[in-house]
Amino acid sequence: MGLHSAMPDLHTLTAHAAHELLVTKAISARELLDAVYARIDAVDERVHSYVLLMREQADAVSARVDAKIAAGESIGPLEGIPLALKDILCTQGIPTTCCSRVLEGFVPPYDATVVRRLDDAGVVTVGKTNMDEFAMGSSTENSAFGPSRNPWDLARVPGGSSGGSASAIGADEALIALGTDTGGSIRQPAAYCGVVGMKPTYGRVSRYGLIAFASSLDQIGPITKDVRDAALLMNAIGGPDPCDSTCYPEPAPDFTEKLGRDITGMKIGVPREFFSQEGVQVDPGVAEAVHAALRVLEAQGAIVEECSLPNVRFSLPIYYIIAPAEASSNLARYDGVEFGYRAPGTRDIVSMMTDTRDAGFGMEVKRRIMLGTYALSSGYYDAYYLKASQVRTLIRQDFERAFAQYDVLVTPTAPTVAFPLGAKVDDPMQMYLNDICTIPINMAGVPSISVPCGYDQGLPVGLQFITAHWDETTLLQAAYAYEQATGWSRRAIDEIERVTMAG
Amino acid sequence: MAEYEPVIGFEIHAELATHSKIFCGCSTEPGAPPNTHTCPICLGLPGVLPVLNRTALEYGLKVALACHCSVPSPSIFERKNYYYPDLPKNYQISQKRSPIGLDGWFEFEVDGQPKRVSIIDIHLEEDAGKLIHPEERSAAGQSLVDFNRAGVPLLEIVSGPDLRSIAEAEAYMAGMRQLLLYLDVSHARMELGQIRFEANISVRPKGSTTLGKRVEVKNVNSFRTVTRAIEYEIDRQIEAYEQGERVLQETRLWDEARGMTVAMRSKEESHDYRYFPEPDLVPMVFTTEYLNGLLAQQPELPAARRTRFIEQFGLPAYDAAILTSEKAFADFIDAAVALGVSPKAVSNWMMGEMLRLLNERGLAPEAMPVQPRQLVELIALVEAGRINTTQAKKVFEEMFETGRDAEAIVQDRGFAQISDTSALEAIVDAVLTANPEPAARYAAGEDKPLGFLVGQVMRESRGQANAPMVNELLRRRLRGE
Ligand SMILES: [Zn+2]
Repeated sequence: MGLHSAMPDLHTLTAHAAHELLVTKAISARELLDAVYARIDAVDERVHSYVLLMREQADAVSARVDAKIAAGESIGPLEGIPLALKDILCTQGIPTTCCSRVLEGFVPPYDATVVRRLDDAGVVTVGKTNMDEFAMGSSTENSAFGPSRNPWDLARVPGGSSGGSASAIGADEALIALGTDTGGSIRQPAAYCGVVGMKPTYGRVSRYGLIAFASSLDQIGPITKDVRDAALLMNAIGGPDPCDSTCYPEPAPDFTEKLGRDITGMKIGVPREFFSQEGVQVDPGVAEAVHAALRVLEAQGAIVEECSLPNVRFSLPIYYIIAPAEASSNLARYDGVEFGYRAPGTRDIVSMMTDTRDAGFGMEVKRRIMLGTYALSSGYYDAYYLKASQVRTLIRQDFERAFAQYDVLVTPTAPTVAFPLGAKVDDPMQMYLNDICTIPINMAGVPSISVPCGYDQGLPVGLQFITAHWDETTLLQAAYAYEQATGWSRRAIDEIERVTMAG
Repeated sequence: MAEYEPVIGFEIHAELATHSKIFCGCSTEPGAPPNTHTCPICLGLPGVLPVLNRTALEYGLKVALACHCSVPSPSIFERKNYYYPDLPKNYQISQKRSPIGLDGWFEFEVDGQPKRVSIIDIHLEEDAGKLIHPEERSAAGQSLVDFNRAGVPLLEIVSGPDLRSIAEAEAYMAGMRQLLLYLDVSHARMELGQIRFEANISVRPKGSTTLGKRVEVKNVNSFRTVTRAIEYEIDRQIEAYEQGERVLQETRLWDEARGMTVAMRSKEESHDYRYFPEPDLVPMVFTTEYLNGLLAQQPELPAARRTRFIEQFGLPAYDAAILTSEKAFADFIDAAVALGVSPKAVSNWMMGEMLRLLNERGLAPEAMPVQPRQLVELIALVEAGRINTTQAKKVFEEMFETGRDAEAIVQDRGFAQISDTSALEAIVDAVLTANPEPAARYAAGEDKPLGFLVGQVMRESRGQANAPMVNELLRRRLRGE
């Protein structure tokens, strides 16, 4: 295939490489899109990244881009680039399900702010991707449409909740993707699928049109094949939005600004709590890959030191109070009254609501609604929600203290590589522990990115970079320097080809 | 029988008079076809976020400041969670632990005496939609929802249980409504549901300092029914205590048809609202400059205005109270006086003809069809002697009906007054000739015949004679001057 012709298989391209080919008219947006759909047709039956394809709209957008190129107009860096959109982001006139039965038949009358911005950037949305129902899960096994699969090993999960977006990028079913991250839902699947996933600072990207799971934690971010693409996608979606009061009012920087800058003298902290905590230990193979990565960073002139964020150990219990509490309220609106699924044959309003919610929600969603309802109940609020909010402040302060000393923190993204399908579905606690390295970052609201850093048991390992609030440019600078030094991202492509095409 | 005293407090819900809803851009205009003033945000569709209407916040703060509340900084919104089909998100964005106003007071007059009530808290929240149960559908068990009201800004004002009589309760309600109108933050029209009063009532033996079990009364939609419900509740509770029965702490609904309050099923009121801070809105931090700026905008409030009307305009206390009871009246007299006419003349017209006509037509003070300028012109016509008082009343009434200016009405109706001395003399002479006997009696020292003679002259002139001049002319003629 790619080896035998001068032109690489178009679906394997990064966005910035495809852009070069588009502007030099070596390829057309049409050809690029066709290649991506051909790839989807070839592999998605096995990978199941998508829950909905948008061929008609995608064709129209790529035709417009080609017309622009033909007319000699200049195009933006993401114009004509095929993207996979997590099905938690509202798309006007196109069903948006959150992979829940309860949203059956819901067609949003409006676009999410990021969706509008992608349109403005001329991005071609290929389809909507699979996820854990309402983003609650770490494997996509909680999807009402069945799980996605890891392109590296189809018997394993792609991670979650943005599993479909990560597997789509891992399996070359799109060039770039958007996911959402509440406790690691972008970074953990990116790590499992051997791709790049970034959670921006909370407030950097508008949440308007992102169907809420936990409002104070949810953040939209890119899942891409390399760091440069993540920066380019951030340029398209970041920045203030009058529709989201929690959005940072300052204009976003050029996220590519520091790509390629030297990291000599950059101070990197390695918090020990991310390798070993009570009840959970990072797999030796994962730890080994991370330590090898730290040596690479050192070799580039960074100063690497071990450090400690003592309150991080409370992150998981705190998360499982705050996130379900917010979710219990956010998901109250799915009652069959206005939109989505309504249970048939109900006698009165109470049974209509309860039957709808009973049949509409999956197990994990119900579990979290119950957890959250309990945590907010009269008599428990102070002991749970209020206490959790206070501890959350301590966690945030831990990070602030660390960033007074270090430019960047580096940790594993997840304690293990991708696990087999079904391995943890009956043990929610084991599933929750999988997010131990990513949840603290959401609690603090700081930005972080996962990049591939090698393999354990033949499966990709993720390396997580973290920086201070609003300092995504340094985050991208460090991740880019590491990526350029190792080339893990590029090496992945041939491997995946072997697995997904064989299935 | 022991003497009891009622202990009354209020929760007031006032709709703020913003053009758009509290968290979206939809219109708040009432009377639109169902679900036409809606958008994804006020419908609570998945993925939407609220954005606070600054004007609503400002209006709320103005009330909090006028009630001498402290304004917590930050003040936060919280979610009040409960399931109801008219509540799009199944939670209401409201305020609980850090509202925009805390620990204030409000002073008003009861029978000329000042009365102060503590204000516990003032908070902003969004209204819910409205359930409609159409006849033909309810048979099939179906109801409809109109979300036009969903997201209309409400201000809730919670008072302490400081009122001790029906008269105080009535004065408090009127005073609060007046305050909202003066601050220009609510239209506060009860019949449109723009202001709702929920009283909490308990009774206790007079002299006791402990509070009895308090009963909240809902479903009252006019000042009259609030008063009736309070009266009923006081009697019911006293009766219960007299009979040795227990009064339950509960919510009761006013049943207008039966003229009584009835207990709500306890299930309906046993809510755990699971309040928690609204994560979609940011905490509100107010600078002293900002709050001072709002205070500086505070208009003259009713009490101050009443004093000014008495002291500067020289109005009787009674007139001043009436004219300040409605902001529209007070604004009217101020506007008229500013055009250079005597306050007393304006007040006379307002207390007389204007109030009469508004009452007869059932019009709200804000709906007054006559403009201050028009009344000033009418007064000028009278003072210049162009028309007499009887004519002026007719002109005013026509002005009220048609909105036309006095001058035009006077022209059309031929109301020009006869003030020409020679013309009047001719009529006076004719009347005296025709009525020699009364003329003689007046000349002999009787006063009474003068009135009769004046009346005759007015009749001869078809009401157009300048009455004071006629008086003067007759007097002079009969005294042989
Ligand atoms: Zn609206």
